[in-house]
Amino acid sequence: MSYGRMHRKEDARFIRGRGNYTDDVRLPGMLYGAILRSPHAHARIVSIDTSAAEAHPKVKAVITGQTLAGLGLAWMPTLSQDTQAVLATDKVRFQGQEVAFAVAEDPYSARDALELIDVEYDPLDAVIDARKAMDPGAPVIRDDLEGRAGNHIFDWEAGDRARTDAIFEQAEVTVAQDMLYPRVHPAPLETCGAVADFDKVTGKLTVWCPTQAPHAHRTLYAMVAGLPEHKIRVISPDIGGGFGGKVGIYPGYVCAIVGSIVTGRPVKWMEDRSENLMSTAFARDYHMRGEIAATRDGKIQAIRVKVLADHGAFNGTAQPTKFPAGFFHVFSGSYDLEAAHCEVTGVYTNKAPGGVAYACSFRVTEAVYLVERMVDVLAAELNIDPAEVRMRNLLKPEQFPYLSPTGWEYDSGDYPKALRLAMDMAGYDKLRAEQADKRARGELMGIGISFFTEAVGAGPRKHMDILGLGMADGAELRVHPTGKAVLRVSCQTQGQGHETTFAQIVGQELGIPADDVEVVHGDTDQTPFGLGTYGSRSTPVSGAATAIVARKVRDRAKIVAAAMLEASPDDLEWADGKWSVVGDPSTGKSMAEIALAAHSNLELPEGVEGHLDAVTVYNPPNLTYPFGAYICVVDVDPGTGQVKVRRFVAVDDCGVRINPMIVEGQIHGGLADGVGMALMQVMAFDEDGNHLGASFMDYLLPTAIECPAWELGETVTPSPTHPIGAKGVGESATVGSPAAVVNAVVDALRPYGVRHADMPLTPANVWRVINGDPFRTDLAIP
Amino acid sequence: MQVPAKFEYERADSVPHALQLLERYGPEARIVAGGHSLIPMMKLRLAQPEALIDINGLASELGRIAVEGDELAIGALVRHAELLDDVTATDLFPIFRDAERVIADPIVRHRGTVGGSLCQGDPSEDLSAVFAALRATAVIQGPGGTRTVPVRQFHQGPYETAVEPNELLIQLRVPITPGTGSAYEKVERRVGDWPVAAAGAVITVSDGVIAQAGIGLTAVGAEHFCAPEAEQHLIGRAPGEEVFAEAGRIAAEHCEPHSDQRGPADYKRHLAAELTRRALARANRNVPGSATV
Amino acid sequence: MRITVTVNGQPYTREVEPRLLLVHFLRDELGLTGTHWGCDTSNCGVCTVQLDGVPVKSCTVLAVMADGREVTTVEGLERDGELDAVQKGFVECHGLQCGFCTPGMLLTARWLLDRNPDPDEGQIREAISGQLCRCTGYENIVRSIRWAADASHSQEARQ
Repeated sequence: MSYGRMHRKEDARFIRGRGNYTDDVRLPGMLYGAILRSPHAHARIVSIDTSAAEAHPKVKAVITGQTLAGLGLAWMPTLSQDTQAVLATDKVRFQGQEVAFAVAEDPYSARDALELIDVEYDPLDAVIDARKAMDPGAPVIRDDLEGRAGNHIFDWEAGDRARTDAIFEQAEVTVAQDMLYPRVHPAPLETCGAVADFDKVTGKLTVWCPTQAPHAHRTLYAMVAGLPEHKIRVISPDIGGGFGGKVGIYPGYVCAIVGSIVTGRPVKWMEDRSENLMSTAFARDYHMRGEIAATRDGKIQAIRVKVLADHGAFNGTAQPTKFPAGFFHVFSGSYDLEAAHCEVTGVYTNKAPGGVAYACSFRVTEAVYLVERMVDVLAAELNIDPAEVRMRNLLKPEQFPYLSPTGWEYDSGDYPKALRLAMDMAGYDKLRAEQADKRARGELMGIGISFFTEAVGAGPRKHMDILGLGMADGAELRVHPTGKAVLRVSCQTQGQGHETTFAQIVGQELGIPADDVEVVHGDTDQTPFGLGTYGSRSTPVSGAATAIVARKVRDRAKIVAAAMLEASPDDLEWADGKWSVVGDPSTGKSMAEIALAAHSNLELPEGVEGHLDAVTVYNPPNLTYPFGAYICVVDVDPGTGQVKVRRFVAVDDCGVRINPMIVEGQIHGGLADGVGMALMQVMAFDEDGNHLGASFMDYLLPTAIECPAWELGETVTPSPTHPIGAKGVGESATVGSPAAVVNAVVDALRPYGVRHADMPLTPANVWRVINGDPFRTDLAIP
Repeated sequence: MQVPAKFEYERADSVPHALQLLERYGPEARIVAGGHSLIPMMKLRLAQPEALIDINGLASELGRIAVEGDELAIGALVRHAELLDDVTATDLFPIFRDAERVIADPIVRHRGTVGGSLCQGDPSEDLSAVFAALRATAVIQGPGGTRTVPVRQFHQGPYETAVEPNELLIQLRVPITPGTGSAYEKVERRVGDWPVAAAGAVITVSDGVIAQAGIGLTAVGAEHFCAPEAEQHLIGRAPGEEVFAEAGRIAAEHCEPHSDQRGPADYKRHLAAELTRRALARANRNVPGSATV
Repeated sequence: MRITVTVNGQPYTREVEPRLLLVHFLRDELGLTGTHWGCDTSNCGVCTVQLDGVPVKSCTVLAVMADGREVTTVEGLERDGELDAVQKGFVECHGLQCGFCTPGMLLTARWLLDRNPDPDEGQIREAISGQLCRCTGYENIVRSIRWAADASHSQEARQ
């Protein structure tokens, strides 16, 4: 058995400081680039004077939008059929937008060169508040797009409007709540960057860059730069965290490539932290209104949602073509509803482009937050315990596979069991009793529940693509003559431990130790095509591909073993990691023995080639639907508004767990993320479009002090559509936890009649909520 | 990564040498010690000094903490971590323990210095409020010798201090008064952050009444980081919750906080009152020999 | 300016600009890329190294300030082929995922255990509170450091 807790193979290099991240890449003759960015949110570029920078003795090139326009590279496609400026030519559309790229002999001189570039801007009124983006007379941000007279991008809807509306009209009880899921940034500790090396002689371009999707990058570079795809090699070395922020292609990558083509030398560009926070993929920024129709005894009948989505200046979100709001469909949650309907409107604003990033990139996080907040609003309205409201409405195990009111087929689950386990672990009744005592004494304690269902593992290629590329992933497996194996996969770890987990899958399927399996990833010249790691899709898609390719190898091994045993393959069975004649374990042939035979002079049956390898492409038949029940306990200081997360209980069901240690680590990280988003992380903008969270001094991430000791529990409901029953877990905790924290804080504030408070629940925000005067968290605090 | 612009660098080997170097390089030179305020500003190129004069080698002159007569002397080069670890200082003045545990983070505290914190003159700086509450005296050395400035006159505006370009802050002197308790209360958005607001309190109780009181406030627009009207209210009154609450209300009235992303002005004003009240109550509790209120 | 810095026990003499940050001296001049950088404002702590045995954020220390002093980086933790207990602890307890904050965390952990061989959970959390981790939620880092403390005790007991 290869499944189970196992130390990570990756750790040996990381604990010695021997990881190899993009900034660790050093090539002979390498130059260094730096980007000059716009100080304005919206301004016309009058002129750019690069002469002083070019005169700097260590500067090798200064590239502007004009330079790129000459090469046809000033604009590039986004992952959502929009275009984005690589370097601005006409005007800048967000603070921090890329304007010029200086290349110098050392990184310090490249930075110095930026101060020597003189740009004259003609400032324009900016659209900062998404709620005003479609006002008549609002400045038009994308006047580069033909026929655009406003800032509207798309309207999209899901569910049955007529049926939903009809239920609302008849309902005994309805509740409504406006809420904001503010703009946040994944902020991996390694920023983005690239090393580009264009070899003029061979015409080959090699790009090192921390990308979660190396193959998608290669294809896009071929499309953008017009370079032949077989002459592009993308290498994604060790990545210092991604969380979705390293899916997209950023202008800096293209600049590094152009810099290398122009100078004939390798060019490295690494963004600094402010650049990272100001210009790379943010997430969320959903202004939502949720409504629930229910019976007086708390049976939820329908949910209705309206969303205004702030996509920034370029629509850079990475969604399947059919789904501009991703998988927001899951806003109907984990509940047995009669009907649901949502409509989403996307708008441009003068803020950084994106929406691609931050587990979960497919808008599942927003959907789960919405429904879990709304259930608590309903519970408060009906004065029923929020756990009880959930118990009355959760889907029952016998309802699976369950067709949701928005048309998605939830694969499997036992929801009440997970919630009961979480309540038992938390000691729910005791906590409520303690809360009552404290309330009597004027102390504020809150208990928050969140029950989430995720939709991950995108996805069936018929429905899901990125820029027309279907979301299927390949895997190749070779077993060498001595029985050691090499697996090549298209996804790319950013810390999830693929080198260990995927080796365990192969080990499990072939009956060899995981230590005997090397996992190759992150290099387009070395791995099969696939769309990479995001949306918790590695185990659901590449993990499935791995299991299937291993089974193909095992099937081929069976034929070889049959030849070795001079038996018919039909007479063999797979037992204890060996092929043996049915009923005679003494005949068992191990994978190592079979591999050696497969490479030997053994005569194989007609039509069977030698060697022991296989290739596959996995096209998922359905998404997978991990779920979980979270309970958060907070204490709130009424005098200061400070929130302390005292406990956090998380019961996750992600199907079969390959390496429980790694799964738990994934959950821990996601829970910390949730606490961070709920309590401190936000990117607000002032009315001029100045980014008010452009460094780690102002964009606050949780430390070990804010995080409690996580209490984890598990249930296991295998996915019926996944070859090994796994569902994926990378984003579960990030998706599920913010609502639990917010629900806990709102619960604590019930004595003040509070029904809702927007994230982040900073001390100031909580105090103002207590005083009935909350401020908008997406704008400057007035 | 952001990097500083070019500058000249000199290492001082004594205080007089540092002063000579300041003289030589003129007003565009800056003293650097821990560098945790200055170097980030230089990386952002918001500060571009022509020369840095490094005084990290002056620990024997400027890095000591000692009781001298009825004062506690703290060298300007004392690192935050050293002050936090100095039992003499923190036993005499628990306000140091309270404050130093919440200034930046443990790693930054290994480098950042007491003098550097004060000289940065940031209106949200913690120790400025602490020393204001303690009514400390700053010792400044210049070409003409040393002079002393009460800490309550040290800050002359945001990022402006009494230290002239050719001078060096060398020491803080804190009066030791028997029967004194002290405490610091800070609200921050997250551990390690600058304060949303913070209050320090120092009270001396004699014959059951408050004989002396110091209240330091930071990040709330309190002039010179102190609250003299609130202090006045305390003098001669018996310590107690109602008195402390009233002092908090008075302190808050005299603040001029500004809204920023840490919080709106009304909230900061509220905190000025609330944290002053809490700090006074805790200061009173740790007055040596005091019965718990 | 010519400086000599002893890094992991070995002296290195280099000519550097005064503005060169210690983190870049280690990474670019000496090729010791185990020390990372993650922000510009000394908030994230991934650049943490020990300077004369005390953890500092090397993005906010000038290389010239380390002249004549001793620096320990993650590359110096392993001695004679034997991993430090904190390195073993991080492997045992899954104290790392992407590995980017790990070197800094290890150096702080080593310092903490040198100063306090038996820290409780609260002391560990406080010690690492100036360093961000985006992957682990800190729980397993705390356990890793505690594991290292226990392992060191049991080793002492054996000796």
